[in-house]
Amino acid sequence: MSPRVTFPNKVLPYLLLAPQLAITLVFFYWPASQALYQSMLREDPFGLSTKFVWFQNFAKVLRDPNYLNSLNVTLIFAVATAVISMGVALVLAVMADRVVRGRGVYRTLLIWPYAVAPAIAGMLWLFMFNPTMGSFAYILRATGYNWDPLLNGNQAMVLLVSAAAWKQISYNFLFFVAGLQAIPKSLIEAAAIDGAGPTKRFWTIVFPLLAPTTFFLLVINTVYAFFDTFGIVHAVTGGGPGKATETLVYKVYSDGFVNLILGDSAAQSVILMVIVIALTAVQFRYVERRVHYG
Amino acid sequence: MIENAPIRRLIAHLVLVLGILVVAFPIYYTFVASTHTLQTILRPPLPLLPGKEFFTNYWQALFGGIGRIGGVGVDRLLLNTTIVALAVAVGKICISILSAYAIVFFKFPFRMTAFWLIFITLMLPVEVRILPTYKVMVDLGLIDTYTGLTLPLMASATATLLFRQFFLTIPGELVEAARVDGAGPWRFFKDILLPLSRTNIAALFVILFIYGWTQYLWPLLVTNDNQMNTIVIALRKMISFADADTEWHLVMVTCVLAILPPILVVVLMQRWFVKGLVESEK
Repeated sequence: MSPRVTFPNKVLPYLLLAPQLAITLVFFYWPASQALYQSMLREDPFGLSTKFVWFQNFAKVLRDPNYLNSLNVTLIFAVATAVISMGVALVLAVMADRVVRGRGVYRTLLIWPYAVAPAIAGMLWLFMFNPTMGSFAYILRATGYNWDPLLNGNQAMVLLVSAAAWKQISYNFLFFVAGLQAIPKSLIEAAAIDGAGPTKRFWTIVFPLLAPTTFFLLVINTVYAFFDTFGIVHAVTGGGPGKATETLVYKVYSDGFVNLILGDSAAQSVILMVIVIALTAVQFRYVERRVHYG
Repeated sequence: MIENAPIRRLIAHLVLVLGILVVAFPIYYTFVASTHTLQTILRPPLPLLPGKEFFTNYWQALFGGIGRIGGVGVDRLLLNTTIVALAVAVGKICISILSAYAIVFFKFPFRMTAFWLIFITLMLPVEVRILPTYKVMVDLGLIDTYTGLTLPLMASATATLLFRQFFLTIPGELVEAARVDGAGPWRFFKDILLPLSRTNIAALFVILFIYGWTQYLWPLLVTNDNQMNTIVIALRKMISFADADTEWHLVMVTCVLAILPPILVVVLMQRWFVKGLVESEK
């Protein structure tokens, strides 16, 4: 890049940066460093003395069956949410790309859920499926299915995944539509002239060319499922029944904030930090040149 | 379209309509529930069409005078949430546009350090530093204040990156011309940069307003007093399935009121929304 033309002021840039840097230092870096420090401390049960234990908290957390359960729950939740919401969104985007009339109307009607808070998305699905008053729970039971997400862990998970995936459809849909529009029409026409039918064209041209978009969305959806769905879990199941829907973020919250096990909670925070760093690195390292055509 | 295949197009329309039914149904269901009496809601299945209680329920929820959660009315909750969403959106935009301006248009020691300090905050969401951040809030006396609800959310790596990206596309000649004409940094910012950034600001505003409106973990941590609840948190406190006294029709009204403003923003400002979404996620 050519050297930028700049203003000669010496003090002004620091003043301009001051508000942002002040907030990041006070509310981001300081607490994050505290989390790192606390993750190596252990407090006795009465809070009278603390001692420095290096990585013992991590060892303890990583051996804890509850933590491993929560890791497992989070992975299942993330994979299911990403696959379902991306799958549905891809089908809808391909269909929207195919129609000529009414595209704008369809888009308008499909982007609503983006505006719904995750916690409220969870509540909406809970309204429909809770055993006392949900119409769908009523229908399921009328057909003889024993539906009770408040008691059955797998059903609770299904409910959470539905709500989380539902909320994310809009987002994925918009990105798939943008990705589809970036594919040069000439490629598709060339394939059509060579005699490839629509299905074949989709799998041999469209889908591979969408790969960057798909990969990008995969990362974004994983981040979403790991971190942004705390509200859904907290509002719908509270991690239960049992610990069937206790995700990693929910566990950090409940261990640290509700049960006050500080060292463990801090160690879990640090593990989560490593996960975010890895995901962000992947996102920026491999996804930056997402749209390399069109 | 390459083949002219009316049947395939018809199928596409059908699939889209089906998709819309699935996507819009939970919202519609809640709206329908909000127009029925408590008795109708408690006796599933719920009718598919709105009931006659629309005005009664909404009137009662908005002006009923009875605080739903610990003496807090829906109006207060909506006010709180609006303040939070607006403050977060406006604050983030102001703070990031200034930072990006400093990083792109000035040369100074530690410029890249500042950039990286901002960039790395992407990797430190609230979720990974819950307890220590809470402690900072307590120490600063920010629990149950609007400042506490909004200020810590105002740092934004994404918005700063977006503005930086955009500023880098502004030709150096423009800066030179402005300087030749005697414009100082402030003048350049106000008369040239801000007008050029208008569309970016609008797009970001929509995304950030939604972001602020839908916050959950943060308001949950920093508010104890029901008076300071956002509507999302208040709803969580209202729903209790074990409690027979829950006034479901009013919960449904509150729920509709909680999702309506952001939906309106997204739908009415759709063009900015799509632009903001696609560009802020680079």
